[in-house]
Amino acid sequence: MTEVRDDLPPPTAGAGHDPSPGGVQPGGPEREFTVEARSQLRMVVRRFMQHRLAVASLVVLVLVVIASLIGGRVWHFRFDAVGPDLSKPPSWKHPFGTDGIGHDTLAQVLHGAQKSVQVALLVAFVSTGFGTVLGAVAGYYGGKVDTLLMRFTDLVLSIPSIAFLAVLAAKVAHGSGNWLFIAFVLSALAWTYIARTVRATFLSLREKEFVEAARALGAKDRRIIFRHLLPNAVGPIIVSATIAVAVTILVETSLSYLGLGIQPPDTSLGLLISQNESAATTRPWLFYFPGLFIIIIALTVNFVGDGLRDAFDPTQTRVRA
Amino acid sequence: MADVVLEVEDLTVDFPTDDGIVHAVRGVNFTLERGQVLGIVGESGSGKSVTSLAIMRLLPKTARIGGAVRYDGRDILALPEKEMCQVRGREIAMIFQDPMTSLNPVYTIGWQLAEAVRAHHDVTKQEAWTRAVNLLELVGIPRARDRARNYPHEFSGGMRQRVVIAMAMANDPDVIIADEPTTALDVTVQAQILETLATAQAETRAAIVLITHDLGVVAGMADDVLVMYAGKPVEIGTVDEIYYHTRMPYTLGLLGSLPRLDAGGDERLTPIQGSPPSLINLPPGCPFSPRCPLSRAHCDEVEPDLRPVVGAAHLAACHYAEELSGDVVAAEVFEPTAADAGDVT
Repeated sequence: MTEVRDDLPPPTAGAGHDPSPGGVQPGGPEREFTVEARSQLRMVVRRFMQHRLAVASLVVLVLVVIASLIGGRVWHFRFDAVGPDLSKPPSWKHPFGTDGIGHDTLAQVLHGAQKSVQVALLVAFVSTGFGTVLGAVAGYYGGKVDTLLMRFTDLVLSIPSIAFLAVLAAKVAHGSGNWLFIAFVLSALAWTYIARTVRATFLSLREKEFVEAARALGAKDRRIIFRHLLPNAVGPIIVSATIAVAVTILVETSLSYLGLGIQPPDTSLGLLISQNESAATTRPWLFYFPGLFIIIIALTVNFVGDGLRDAFDPTQTRVRA
Repeated sequence: MADVVLEVEDLTVDFPTDDGIVHAVRGVNFTLERGQVLGIVGESGSGKSVTSLAIMRLLPKTARIGGAVRYDGRDILALPEKEMCQVRGREIAMIFQDPMTSLNPVYTIGWQLAEAVRAHHDVTKQEAWTRAVNLLELVGIPRARDRARNYPHEFSGGMRQRVVIAMAMANDPDVIIADEPTTALDVTVQAQILETLATAQAETRAAIVLITHDLGVVAGMADDVLVMYAGKPVEIGTVDEIYYHTRMPYTLGLLGSLPRLDAGGDERLTPIQGSPPSLINLPPGCPFSPRCPLSRAHCDEVEPDLRPVVGAAHLAACHYAEELSGDVVAAEVFEPTAADAGDVT
């Protein structure tokens, strides 16, 4: 083993700046390979930056998230404080108007967006993480492991989320912490879709010859699953995760509408919509502003996911407008 | 035999299926010395690839493997999976047929080579990367330092196969199994890949098992040849013995179905009629007998064993091997096809 190593140039010679033909491209500095690990990340970032819609969406999403996180502290009305202005249309004092008992709608929307985004992101992370690992293991090993895990997934899929929440809601105390509970329950149900998607992807990936090649090089199962196969499944995983964000916001909306989601005096975008649904024709600002925020968040998350998926795919060379 | 690295003894592989048990490999024996190149040739389905996968223990769990594969005296068929992971890549490396799919599309070439190095050696990322670039230079990738940062889809098929060869060399194995390394490639690239393989051998001093159905590839590379038919070796010998002193009708048929540049170019090709038998419920007797022009009644009753025919090292599995001792050519034994005969040349 060392014999052959000795035949090769010592590391410094191979790594150094010895002039090899074409080694230095004119117009570009020679890159050192000490930064290799970063250069792959850099490539992903560069590809993402070429996706203009995704970049714009990311900017909007970040602005919305920042506004919802710190907006409540900066804005001079609290979301749960009532004022003397009742049912006022948008004005300079209340840009989003007020509701029938004098809540400032902007403060409420900002606070609601904060809760909705918290729930949605937490659900997306937890369910994607869990669903990916479960689906990857099921798809890679197949056979009994697959059967066991997937029948468990089917079992969870068969639980109606609203009935499940209705039962659990009675057991758990309501309060400001209950968005965590909502997020937990939604995650416990949402991972199934991701697990199925990842399993399907792995079923086809594990038959690829590079898996066998990796095994022929002495790679163990865990390494093959997480190092060789998972990066190939990034596309479907990101798409599932972004859909999970959008779906979670909508599910949370319907739960709140039924009184099983976030409870007043806390608020969420879904709760605001359900509270103000009857006002849609007479005081439209109460209904449309929270609705607009739901649409903005769901859309931008999807576009960002789209851009990320393309950025992670090295064969994707198309530059989108 | 001095310095035997790999010894395959009575290797059998069976696959249970719904239709019955497929006897894919029915007793393969060979030994491989350090630096030796053994060519394994045969038609599709003759058990070449299954033999190699059985040696690497990469067959699906349903496969039943019998016999012994000894690497350095240890029976690797009996090793626990964990130790087998140490053997794969480090002691025995494999080159796969299709370079289009045997590289991971989401990682750079350099990353994958470095990964191969790091799988068996405790080196830093930078050292592994340096080694990866050196390997790329060895297999003749120009501007290796820049190309290491490219992804597989930015390489041509021939270049990718070079990368795969580099990967097999990465851990300086004692045995490299090349499973049809040139089959998926352009003919013009094949010769280059074989040269690269020769470089790899010179570099690592590994023994090579070259699996192919291309007799031309074997003639150029191999020291010894093992001809397989229906899961069994039917003739073993040196390249010259196999090509010029053929003692098995099947080998003769294979040679006769190739055009030869040194024969004036006007002789007919003589294909072997029919196709290989199903490996489920093989009838008794010689499996080649239904396609064999020399077949007699005895052939259908008793399956011939491999036996020495000329020297001790040249073995053939044919009851009537001696009838070929005049070094006949295929056209004398096999008839040209009817279509061929009616052809006006």
